[in-house]
Amino acid sequence: MSKPDTVYFFGTCLIDLIYPQAGVSAIQLIQREGVQVIFPQAQTCCGQPAWNSGYRDEARAVARSQIALFPKPIPIVIPSGSCAGMMKTHYPELFAGQPDEAQALEVAGRVYELTEFLVDVLHIELKDLGEPVKVAVHTSCSSRREMGVADRIETLLDQLANVTKLEQIRKAECCGFGGTFAVKQPEISASMVLEKVDTIRATQADRLVGQDAGCLMNIGGAMEKQGAAIPHQHIAEFLWERTNMASTPLPSTPLRNHSHRTERPLNEAAARSLSGVEGNKETAQ
Amino acid sequence: MISEFRQHVIENLAKPKVRANFRKAMDGLMQRRLDQFPDPQELDRIRTQAQAIRANALSKLPELLEQLEARLTANGIHVHWAETTEQANQTVLAIMQQHDAKTLIKGKSMVSEEMGLNHFLEAHGIDALESDLGEFILQLAHEPPSHIVAPAIHKSRQDVAKLFNEKFPDIPYTENIDELTQAARTILRDKFYSADIGLSGVNFAVAETGTLCLVENEGNGRMSTTVPRVHIAVTGIEKVVEKFSDIPPLLSILTRSATGQPITTYFNMISSPRKPGEKDGPEEVHLVLLDNGRSNIYSDPELLATLRCIRCGACMNHCPVYTRIGGHSYGTVYPGPIGIILEPQKAGLDVHGELTQASTLCGACGEVCPVRIPIPTLINRLRFEGVRKDASTTPGTGSRRKLQEAAAWKAWSWSASHPAVYNFGATAATRLQGMLPTNMSAWTNVRSAPKLAEKTLHERLKDLGVADE
Ligand code: SF4
Repeated sequence: MSKPDTVYFFGTCLIDLIYPQAGVSAIQLIQREGVQVIFPQAQTCCGQPAWNSGYRDEARAVARSQIALFPKPIPIVIPSGSCAGMMKTHYPELFAGQPDEAQALEVAGRVYELTEFLVDVLHIELKDLGEPVKVAVHTSCSSRREMGVADRIETLLDQLANVTKLEQIRKAECCGFGGTFAVKQPEISASMVLEKVDTIRATQADRLVGQDAGCLMNIGGAMEKQGAAIPHQHIAEFLWERTNMASTPLPSTPLRNHSHRTERPLNEAAARSLSGVEGNKETAQ
Repeated sequence: MISEFRQHVIENLAKPKVRANFRKAMDGLMQRRLDQFPDPQELDRIRTQAQAIRANALSKLPELLEQLEARLTANGIHVHWAETTEQANQTVLAIMQQHDAKTLIKGKSMVSEEMGLNHFLEAHGIDALESDLGEFILQLAHEPPSHIVAPAIHKSRQDVAKLFNEKFPDIPYTENIDELTQAARTILRDKFYSADIGLSGVNFAVAETGTLCLVENEGNGRMSTTVPRVHIAVTGIEKVVEKFSDIPPLLSILTRSATGQPITTYFNMISSPRKPGEKDGPEEVHLVLLDNGRSNIYSDPELLATLRCIRCGACMNHCPVYTRIGGHSYGTVYPGPIGIILEPQKAGLDVHGELTQASTLCGACGEVCPVRIPIPTLINRLRFEGVRKDASTTPGTGSRRKLQEAAAWKAWSWSASHPAVYNFGATAATRLQGMLPTNMSAWTNVRSAPKLAEKTLHERLKDLGVADE
């Protein structure tokens, strides 16, 4: 589509409560491209937590209150692959056979994940004003598999001259968040996030960026608990910071975790998971 | 209280060696599969083709099963129907008794695992010996399979060496895989000749021609189905395909998805017992077609997709949960993502419903499934089945609904659909964060508690004057 004059912004509940700066930065990035932003103040949550827990009526009640907030035929930009995926792919399922199915489908058709919108619609061109920095990227599973936009965050970072991307092994593997999964199956979730942390630490990156607050809260929280956390940032906040400062060296805005990174040997689990031991030869039927 | 499933998980997560075995094996299998599909567009095309073949077969399942029975019978193969695993076991037993048979040699068959056939026969004084190397190892170790394609994948070479040394002290200790395989071959060779009856599974049953197809790498499947005087094949009713021409594309995507092989070492097509003048082959061939809940799955237009499965195991190879907890944690015959959707539908959500929680819905399984089963969508559906209030066809529907949890979702739903309430709650939460419980232990065992921002995005944007409509 061509560049719109105005877009809706759906901030998501995690960004609302925990990472509001990411939401502000995302809006600033869009506005800088000459596009007006509407933020309906009555927005709450996309309904995904209940949907993924099987509570469909409860999810639909919330979703129903949200689809009413976007009456104009303009894009709805969401700084999260997971919430965008909920509206784009699951609203049609959630409203199948309901009286307002058509409205839900119409809304779903206008949903863009933020990085997708910046790259595909705005064709944004970024000029890096920051000091050299090494970043690791975590792409959420919903951005990758549900929305199919995993490469957009890479495209954006590749425009930044002083940013070096470092790649962790098993990059495409889930961080173990999974919404309520993290509390319903805490042991599995813990083992997943700890391995994810080990692979990210092994890159020696200065910063972790991602396009989903849930993953960042999970991975970042695990690093904070261990200490010497690699600071993490939502991609919107990172992009705004890199392209909007004149001369201030990093970090220009207070990062969420300003613990200074120190060298830390890989823990035992990481060493195990990275090297592995000899497995047996599989015997296919 | 910690559920049985979580107890299994906790135990298995605490086994670093087994975990490393899984991790290494799954990494290898994922890479080998990837190497087989260098062109994503081509992969897309053949997955769609495989999906179409399986969907077509299911769309006319009753007719195809009748056609299959007619063709097989015309070819001289006896067909038996079993609604339950008990009936299937009794059928096998009756055939064995007719022939006064005391020993059974088995090729790999997940349906026979589903039936619990070995235990059943043992209780009736019949020896059932596994001849697939992985299954042979597990039979020695008295363990169930941990993977549907590579049943002993959780064992390392050293584990197998120790096991062989303990069970066959006459054979010199070795950790060399070829030597271990050779030792098993030598032991099994005699058994093929002395067994009264051979049993196998079936990968595809062709309705058009009445042909049973068997995919394998070791030749034990061919031995089990040709050397003994009687061959019994057991399979699920969903394994039927319509045409002979359906086989090449399905076979190709099966082996490439499963083990990253362009084709397996052996591919057997069984279309009749030994004919006059032929030098080998069994004198009698039987097929047992097992339902065991499949018809019920078939009755739901969405869940029906479960039955497209061709048992390649790719979903488990790519599952980050399976890779960590291993196949035994699931406590079911079929582990991993296919197990998560299949087992609760067979045994009931009241029995295996918790398995639907053993997924982050990351989508890795659905992305690789060669027949495009939308596994995450079906997991979500089964979570709904678990807590829904009205009746449905899935066994154990509604059994996972807990009063407290349902009330919590209701309250959440109410506040999130009433913005004034939500905003008040969100604002209050950010202001009162010092008073929030910091020990939400499920989260904070390995993570710091999320820190609420001083001001919500709603408030920040109001302050900044961002338009509201
Ligand atoms: S569900 Fe799909 S990926 Fe999993 S075993 Fe079956 S066919 Fe293979």
